[in-house]
Amino acid sequence: MEAFMNTPVMQMLSDPVLYLGLGYGLILTLEISALSIVLSFVFGTVLGSMRYSGLPVISQVATTYIEFIRNLPALLLILVSYFVLGLPAMWAATIGLTIYTSAIIAEIIRGGLNSVPQGQWEAARSQGFSFLQSMRHIILPPAVVKMIPAIVSQFVTVIKDSSFAMAIGAYELMFKGTILAAKYWKPAQIITIYVIISLVYFTINFIISTIARRLQTKLSAGRGTIGS
Amino acid sequence: MSELIQNIRFLQEGPFAIPRWEALFSNIDVIWQGLLVTLLVASLGLVLALALGTVIGVMSTSHWRIARAVARVYVEFFQNTPLLIQVFMLYNAIPLMYPGLFIPVVVIGIFGVGMYHGAYIGEVVRAGIQSIGRGQLEAALSQGFSYVGTMRYIIIPQAMRIVLPPLTNQAVNLIKNTSVIAIIAGGDLMYAGDSFAGRYGHYGPTYVVVGLLYFLLCFPLARLTRRLEDQTRAA
Repeated sequence: MEAFMNTPVMQMLSDPVLYLGLGYGLILTLEISALSIVLSFVFGTVLGSMRYSGLPVISQVATTYIEFIRNLPALLLILVSYFVLGLPAMWAATIGLTIYTSAIIAEIIRGGLNSVPQGQWEAARSQGFSFLQSMRHIILPPAVVKMIPAIVSQFVTVIKDSSFAMAIGAYELMFKGTILAAKYWKPAQIITIYVIISLVYFTINFIISTIARRLQTKLSAGRGTIGS
Repeated sequence: MSELIQNIRFLQEGPFAIPRWEALFSNIDVIWQGLLVTLLVASLGLVLALALGTVIGVMSTSHWRIARAVARVYVEFFQNTPLLIQVFMLYNAIPLMYPGLFIPVVVIGIFGVGMYHGAYIGEVVRAGIQSIGRGQLEAALSQGFSYVGTMRYIIIPQAMRIVLPPLTNQAVNLIKNTSVIAIIAGGDLMYAGDSFAGRYGHYGPTYVVVGLLYFLLCFPLARLTRRLEDQTRAA
């Protein structure tokens, strides 16, 4: 037992510095992710609706933004936010991820709206439903069922991509882990640190992925067929 | 005219000043080399991802419980941890476990994006196989097709139509994700751009050019995805 406790890995694991470091990293990872998720959801919904609207200029502006941004790496947008826009690291990561994720969520929103056949609109409007009523009662219920699982799994992508912030020196989980790995230089210690970080990301993302899957089953049950 | 240009401050100083553009274009070879590395990592990574994805997809629909479990664990691990940490594990941990073993960064990039997107493609393939009715599988098996033969001749050709749009979408994501090897000095397009920009501070023009190149790689594939989606919906 004594010999086991004195192995380099056990020494590292009994050092509170490790947990403090990773803990602070995790907090920043969660801050960047949560802010990006909220902001991208808002902007993504606006952009997706703009594109879906088909209104002359409005729809084209949204289309250009979406098509341009979603074909760029998220890392590039983070680097641009940091080096060109000159934002502090944490905000550069948040804004970079938001610019990128808004375009992805916009496409999910538009895809969901488009999945409802045009005939449903026409039927609703012809029955005297207003624009908002048609949206609320006819278009959105089946569209949202399609959107929610995809949006939730996009949140997983945001959490994973927040690790790109280490490229601009934001002390999030991945960067903190790498710094600690350099402090404990023994191979077994370094590998242990990477395994711990992986497990932290995995736990958070697995919970979210599971919720997304549950939602998909729950929402699609008893829907989508006539008469159900 | 040149006097006019000299009097516009935006063109003389600031992140997008003309001298910065001139410096970039006189060193543009650096960017081309990076682009070449990105193309190499993306194409070989895609081959690996497709191969792994097909195996994982077939495993996750097999009768054999262990195969399903292995496929599940693979997919969940790679989908729920950042690509960056997987790349770092390959980059740092393998040389530690096998001292003296030298793996070029490009190879790490290929395996990194290949294994990561292999998990996503595995899910795409699984969904494709499952979209084909159970009856097809039973019919083929009852006619004496082997499991592999059934997949090869009956299930996969039909599943292709459903699988192709998300597959091209994964190819786009794979190209974009090759950029993470820039963080381990991978020599790819992002790294070439970032290190050139960092050396002289020419961030503005460099990121514009690098961004345009990524866009030119990804946009045609994204368009193809859209077209295939429309075809699938129409069918």
